[in-house]
Amino acid sequence: MVADSGGTARRRICFCIQIDMSDSDSTVPESVAAPAAKAGLRRISLPRWRGKLEAVALPAGAIVVSLVLFGLFCAANGKNPFAVFASIDKAAFGSWYAFQNTLVRAAPLMLCALCTAIPIRLGLVIIGNEGALVLGGLCATIIGLKMPSASPASVHIAMALTGAVAGGVWIAAIGALKHYRGVNETICSLLMNYIAIALLSQAVNTWIKDPASLNKPSSYPIPDEQMLQPLGETSIHWGLIFGLIACGIAWFLMQKTTFGFKVRTIGANIRAAQIAGISVGPITVMACFLAGMCPGLAGMVEVAAVQGSANEALNAGYGYSGILVAFLARQNPLGCILISTLLGGLLASGGALQRDHQLPDATILVFEGIVFVVILYSESLYGRWRFFQERTV
Amino acid sequence: MTRSFPIVALALAGLIAASSAKDLTMGFIYVGPKDDYGYNQAHAEGKAGVSRLPGVKTVEEASVPETIAVQESMKNMIVQDGASVLFPTSFGYFDPHILKVAKQFPKVQFLHCGGLYTEGKHPKNVGSYFGYIDEAQYVCGVVAGHMTKSGKLGFIAAKPIPQVLRNINAFTLGARGANPKITVQVIFTGDWSLPVKEAEAATSLIDQGVDVLTCHVDSPKVIVQTAEKRGIYSSGYHASQAAIAPKGYLTGAEWDWSHVYGNYAKSIQAGKSLMDGGIPHVVRGGLKEGFVKISPYGPAVTEEAKKDAEAAKAKFMSGSMVIFKGELKDNTGAVVIPAGKEMKQQDPELEKMNYLVERVIGSTKG
Repeated sequence: MVADSGGTARRRICFCIQIDMSDSDSTVPESVAAPAAKAGLRRISLPRWRGKLEAVALPAGAIVVSLVLFGLFCAANGKNPFAVFASIDKAAFGSWYAFQNTLVRAAPLMLCALCTAIPIRLGLVIIGNEGALVLGGLCATIIGLKMPSASPASVHIAMALTGAVAGGVWIAAIGALKHYRGVNETICSLLMNYIAIALLSQAVNTWIKDPASLNKPSSYPIPDEQMLQPLGETSIHWGLIFGLIACGIAWFLMQKTTFGFKVRTIGANIRAAQIAGISVGPITVMACFLAGMCPGLAGMVEVAAVQGSANEALNAGYGYSGILVAFLARQNPLGCILISTLLGGLLASGGALQRDHQLPDATILVFEGIVFVVILYSESLYGRWRFFQERTV
Repeated sequence: MTRSFPIVALALAGLIAASSAKDLTMGFIYVGPKDDYGYNQAHAEGKAGVSRLPGVKTVEEASVPETIAVQESMKNMIVQDGASVLFPTSFGYFDPHILKVAKQFPKVQFLHCGGLYTEGKHPKNVGSYFGYIDEAQYVCGVVAGHMTKSGKLGFIAAKPIPQVLRNINAFTLGARGANPKITVQVIFTGDWSLPVKEAEAATSLIDQGVDVLTCHVDSPKVIVQTAEKRGIYSSGYHASQAAIAPKGYLTGAEWDWSHVYGNYAKSIQAGKSLMDGGIPHVVRGGLKEGFVKISPYGPAVTEEAKKDAEAAKAKFMSGSMVIFKGELKDNTGAVVIPAGKEMKQQDPELEKMNYLVERVIGSTKG
């Protein structure tokens, strides 16, 4: 029972909107009831490749369609679309130098995306990524500043732990409010972003303000020798490594462990999970804690590898972009790596479009918008074509 | 491609390209859109001005956040476009972003708007420029003081930091000179670009009887628009907003960056640089030096107001005007500048200003 319903539940849980409606939807109980029948069918089914092909073909097709639409947009602006595409490719993926630029921008997105991608498996739509990042960065800074004479490695570990725990507690609180008090987690997490940003603002303007930072209120700086250094000769920082590891762990946790199975069961049908004896409350809070650790860590990296002090530049929108990444990756942690890299590349090429083609700065946002809308639309096409249905005879 | 030492190789290629073309390539980076009717537009207009000079090529990027993104933009301009002079214009770009990239490209000159350069501490290829825009705000205050009927002026500001407080105080002192009974009500929104809060602040100030509104935020657009819609006067900031308030726009405190950038371009073309000391690391100027200007007077401004404003301007142009001089009290009654003391514009104490002068309603606590 365990393995089978895991398989079916996974397909159900892939798309959050379904999850959101799942409480009242009749499709979900079926997914719990179906395994016996499915197990019977599977023995005589042909190799199951069509579903996988669908999962690749639809997003790829969506990207092609969005390229065509964006090409029309460029042509309408009097630019040669192919020259624009060439510039995007060159600036995002064209050389190792350009690709570093892409990866640097992708790193915080991977971590932030997990903050939405993990709780969605519980059926919770959490968008508190920005708040967790800001708070993680702030708390990591406070700890880092308390250890002026410690070795760089111990400072980094202390900062990373503090940042991750701060982000984790922040999001766990949202999970707890949802489970024990019935507070809507989406609204709650959105509003908690503002609280976190206000806390940061208050802290850097008063409690930890460096009096020398007159016109850009900031915390005291982390000493240069205690900063996270870039990896080798590249401009890539540790955030990328953390992002890749976190996405890998999240995928393993969700797909290959009993904890992940419990999380997915709760997301599929909370009643069934309770009847099956799963302790819904603690697991909800724990999954939210793990989710919040990721943007908290991103905040720590932002301070320790990039900014060097906590200030309002921490609140740069990585968290909000992370929500988009999570949705586009269909909540798959490994997909988050791919989508973050794609989005990082798009962001990296925004400058080239302005410099090489004199296109307005909003052009790359138009492109992003087109890609997102088309990909989200493509979600509605799953199961529409017979070609992609598994044959069972 | 050159995978082993890509940055070094590309940087060299960029420098060679730049020197062989003989064109001076200047790169400009803005934190917001180029048409924000404000801070970024003022810099973009400066860039447009300098790009018309012979032998100068310019590249620009807008809406670049104060994150690693700006570091990448700077590197791209150097490596891909061969820029040898960069103007990353947002205040927040300086530390750590400009400092970090400047160390990697010691032959490229980084000129930053805002004024943080410290001799010995910062790389030699970094310089800073800024203007005493409080002089223009003072003149705008004179006009506003003349034009108000209710005696209530409104000032919507981003944050209670020294640069902003200095503008509020200069505007108030100008207005007090014209009409000692006026008050200036200040609202701090908390950040540089919060259009919704700015509109709310404008509406609430107007509801309280304010009839001249000015501001210090990145884009005064929504504030000037709201003032025009409600039929009151407005005084602009950063760039001219006359186009969006044809009736009520009085004047405004504007930057004249094309003048400043043109000067830099000429010095660099003449072979001077920050590194050899030919260009000073800290460059400042006000009305007299052509760093700032005031918008042409709007149709509503009376002859008397114009006359007084021109008189104040003439005093700045002759160098005889001092805005901050004793005895000056803050709005809690404490003396902040004792009688007989004059603080000239370059006085470093002014860059640490932490008070609001008498007749300003508001608190530096935000």
